[in-house]
Amino acid sequence: MRVKLENLTKRWGNVVGADHINLEVGDGEFVAFLGPSGCGKTTTLLMIAGIYKPTEGIIKFDGQIVNHLAPKDRNIGMVFQSYALYPHMTVFQNISYPLKLKKVPKEEMQKHAQRVADMMGIGHLMDRKPAQLSGGQQQRVALGRALVKEPDLLLFDEPLSNLDARLRLTMRSEIKRLQMELGITSIYVTHDQVEAMTMANRIAVMKDGRLQAYATPDELYDRPRTLFIAGFVGNPPMNFLEVEVVRENGDYHARREGFDVVVPADRGVKAAGQGTIIMGIRPEDITLGDEGIVGEVYVVEPLGRDDLVDVRIGKADIHVLADPEKGLKVGDMVRLNFDTHKIQFFDPQTEQSLLWTD
Amino acid sequence: MAETIAGDEAVAGQGQISRWAQIRATLGAWGFMSPAAVLVTVFFFIPVIILFVISLTDLSSSNFSDPLTFIGLDNYAKLFRDRFFPKILGNTIRYVVLTLGFFNVGLALVLALLTTHINRRAGFFFRLVWLLPRITPSVVYVLMWRRIAHQPPFGILNQLLAPFGVAPRYWLVKQPWLFVILVNGFVGASFGMIIFTSAIEAIPRDYIIAAKVDGASTWQIIRDITLPMIKWPLLFVTTYQTLSLLTSFQYILLLTEGGPGLYTTEVWALTAYKRALKTYFGHNQWGYGAAWGFILVIIGIALSVIYLRVFRFNELVQEPKIDVL
Repeated sequence: MRVKLENLTKRWGNVVGADHINLEVGDGEFVAFLGPSGCGKTTTLLMIAGIYKPTEGIIKFDGQIVNHLAPKDRNIGMVFQSYALYPHMTVFQNISYPLKLKKVPKEEMQKHAQRVADMMGIGHLMDRKPAQLSGGQQQRVALGRALVKEPDLLLFDEPLSNLDARLRLTMRSEIKRLQMELGITSIYVTHDQVEAMTMANRIAVMKDGRLQAYATPDELYDRPRTLFIAGFVGNPPMNFLEVEVVRENGDYHARREGFDVVVPADRGVKAAGQGTIIMGIRPEDITLGDEGIVGEVYVVEPLGRDDLVDVRIGKADIHVLADPEKGLKVGDMVRLNFDTHKIQFFDPQTEQSLLWTD
Repeated sequence: MAETIAGDEAVAGQGQISRWAQIRATLGAWGFMSPAAVLVTVFFFIPVIILFVISLTDLSSSNFSDPLTFIGLDNYAKLFRDRFFPKILGNTIRYVVLTLGFFNVGLALVLALLTTHINRRAGFFFRLVWLLPRITPSVVYVLMWRRIAHQPPFGILNQLLAPFGVAPRYWLVKQPWLFVILVNGFVGASFGMIIFTSAIEAIPRDYIIAAKVDGASTWQIIRDITLPMIKWPLLFVTTYQTLSLLTSFQYILLLTEGGPGLYTTEVWALTAYKRALKTYFGHNQWGYGAAWGFILVIIGIALSVIYLRVFRFNELVQEPKIDVL
């Protein structure tokens, strides 16, 4: 099913939950709503579910306006961070509750619920109450309950946030596989950019109720349109430095105290002559070598596969990923090479990218 | 050899320390228990024992200066042989069951559900208004009801019903039970209303949203989600209000004094009060009244135990079965 939001807005008095959201979700597509807490992603989701009434704007399912439809008439399945399993009902009663409300005959209901439970790997737990299940099992039951009525649209509200790290990885791929197999259009709310990047076909980045960007994961990562997206997407986050870009002898230089790199002309030309601007570069796009900008190691954080090294250049701190074999210590002097084809430039006032604005 | 002795001493020393720790832990537990234990002892166990002892005597206002005479269970025998005993027992059951069912739990639940399903502020205001009788002195409150149900040509009810062609009557005398239950119920409902409201509002919103998405209507949500989730407050209010109604009589005393006529609306607790403290011409049968009171205590304890069994209290402490992640 296709979902289309047109100028979707939710206000409570002066508080704006969602502010003129426009986006379209294709049939069978997996879209993530990504943003920090309070950005309006759950508000938008609850409007799509029919729980909140939009203050303004239109929600369309397959071209039909559904603003006036009650949640029960929208044929959606929903999965919550808290699982929201009814504590007084068994696993079977939880999964079959949507069918019971649809007055599906008992035998069919049993068969259907069992099939979904088996698919989720919880077929043997049908008689248990939610309190007697682990977090992972509970989330599988919740998924089963969402899937049992064969919804046209699946809504996920931070479904993995309450699980431990290892389980989160397993469930992430399970949900992704399930969604692809069943081909159900899905909207997935999360504040975890790794979840959004790994699972979604497209990501809607939100901040303060506004849609910041709606693009594929790769595009968000390689061509961030705003400073916020650049800083929010990617882990460890992008480094930002105030620089001035000047043209000298045909080359474009990004400069600040103790710092001078030559940037490719296609990027440099858009940033030159704008005064002080913000340069962005990801930690993984900086390498340590024998040549390059000199800096002093300030902090070393071992991440296992890499060390995250905080290098001080003049007054600026730059995070770099380094091979732990190098055995860097605080106070060591290092030289940094920047992969200048990955450098981003932003306007400090508007916080818009200088490279990717239309 | 020397080593062994030293080792034994060390073990003995450890044993002493752990015994001390044990004693300290026990003392700590008793320390935490003691405030509640003292209150229950002073205000429940000791009075009940005194009550029982008095119920075995013929103590009354005519012989209280004499030494106590124990007359065994004579007071109890007298009580059960009383001509009005079945009437009073029946009245008590009728009073408790009807007031509890229709008002203290029934209306309370309806009010709580109504006021949580409308605008939050309106709901809050409505509940506040409903609490007013509870902070009104009983005498004033009952006086208002007596005015409402007064005899013709007075009576607010008579005035209100006159345009509809209802013949004026002395409502309180014609329908004493209706008014006994209304008077108690209107006040009684506010307690459950407050408890149920907070329980309903404490239900996480995700459950309600999940149920709506699953396809439930408001009524189905109330039946399948809300009510099961406020099961324990329901048990608590039912138990508490049963015991409270069993022992309360002040509104009946003020409204009908157990009448009109002989024992029409007289309940157990009112009988106990009248026998012990308000009998004819100042003759107080303390011993006989105590027997009425003591049986009421036993009924109360028995009912609490039955409630806990019926509502399966031990389900609250079910063991978890978490084995796999």
